[in-house]
Amino acid sequence: MTARPGGTTPTLPLTTRVAMFFRMLAVQGAWNYETLLGNGIGFCVEPALRRLPGGLDGDAYHSALARESQYFNAHPYLTSVAVGALARAELDGEAPERIERFRTALCGPLGALGDRLVWATFLPLCSFTALFVFGVGASPLVTVLTFLGLYNAGHVGLRVWGLQVGWRKGLAVAQSLGHPILQQAPLRLGRLASVMAGLSLPLAVHRIIGPGHVLLGGTLVGVLAGAIVLTRLHGRAEGWKVSVGILTAFALYSVIR
Amino acid sequence: MSGVDILILSLLGGVLGLDTVSFPQAMMSRPIVGATLSGAILGDAGAGLLVGAALELFAVDTLPFGASRYPEWGSAAVIGGALFAKTGNFDAGRLTTTVLGALAIAWIGGWSMVQVRKLNAVWARDRHDAVAHGARRTVIGLQLAGLGADLVRGIVLTALGLMVLQPLQVAALESWSAGAPLSRAVVVGAAGAVSLGAAYKLFHAVPGFSWQFMLGLAAGLGLVSLS
Repeated sequence: MTARPGGTTPTLPLTTRVAMFFRMLAVQGAWNYETLLGNGIGFCVEPALRRLPGGLDGDAYHSALARESQYFNAHPYLTSVAVGALARAELDGEAPERIERFRTALCGPLGALGDRLVWATFLPLCSFTALFVFGVGASPLVTVLTFLGLYNAGHVGLRVWGLQVGWRKGLAVAQSLGHPILQQAPLRLGRLASVMAGLSLPLAVHRIIGPGHVLLGGTLVGVLAGAIVLTRLHGRAEGWKVSVGILTAFALYSVIR
Repeated sequence: MSGVDILILSLLGGVLGLDTVSFPQAMMSRPIVGATLSGAILGDAGAGLLVGAALELFAVDTLPFGASRYPEWGSAAVIGGALFAKTGNFDAGRLTTTVLGALAIAWIGGWSMVQVRKLNAVWARDRHDAVAHGARRTVIGLQLAGLGADLVRGIVLTALGLMVLQPLQVAALESWSAGAPLSRAVVVGAAGAVSLGAAYKLFHAVPGFSWQFMLGLAAGLGLVSLS
């Protein structure tokens, strides 16, 4: 790491940042029920830790790698924020106790924000958009590229932003998570996803079921009735598991009859 | 489906199974992508896309939140696309049996991911002292071992799934009695109901959800009526 005249952000070599980014894509590779993402965080921060005094053989490197490989939990994409901030804290020589407290404090916000923003909003929005594109008759290539392009613009963008903001802010990164864009995004994307859900459903059902408006109408009524039942069951049974039961019963009936 | 087809599809299932959680989580494992790729390998990407869209309607209900157990769609999508695209003959019951088989594999895949996570925990526990001393090779080795185990899991699951489900599907279709329209309506009705229920579950707290959804629905029905 280089010295910081006037409090400017130190720079990490491009090769180190690229290595950290690609490792972040595998941050959940050793996910387990004891340390959760812990080993993954150590794995991702490791290229930056090589720049500690003494290099790969130094005590500072081994202490930092051990500290960063302990229990950690967060949304996988937003671990990039933690990886950047923890790398900066270690290279800044922050006190180990302070880094450990910071690590613990990051888990909740990064998990909650990521779940709300990505899993509960952005991923369903991309799914409904792809189903809409499929429903209007797009080719397989266009449908797949629409989904992957849209989703990964957000996915890769979030990881790159997280690594940059984490590195820039270090232990002060928490204030960046309160940015209005991040806080408002789930609501705005949720509104868009609500429209796309309504728009895509009849079109996708129509394309899968094929021609015949009577059949389509009957199926859509069935969809509505089924959704009402599943909504009433909320918390007691998962919709897809209920469907497995229904489809199994139908298949047995059709084969045995 | 030849042995070479099964081998290629199993490798694809492994890669997409890995994508579900371990690497790179780019959602290539989503059914609308995975089933289309699988269908394309067998020469009918359109058939893969059709079954992928049906499975995607189910998948909206199962999002990969944290440590919860959820279906593994990567291997399931590959199997779904292959079972539907292999003959190019969309006879009665083929969509129903394909979707049912893929859902079963997704369920088993979710269970198998839990087993890999338990295995990762055993490896991590055995190497706890080395990790606590900041041993670089151990930290990297644990990560690579976990990735490898997940890749193998997906390959084996896809291969076994194809070998078991193919003959089962043939046998079921030989004695299938329900008509094609009813068979399709049942599976699409179930998928649509799950998807609509999921949309409500995810977005009902969004201010104006009902109006926004109804607006979209009206536009969607309008587009259907024009077709």
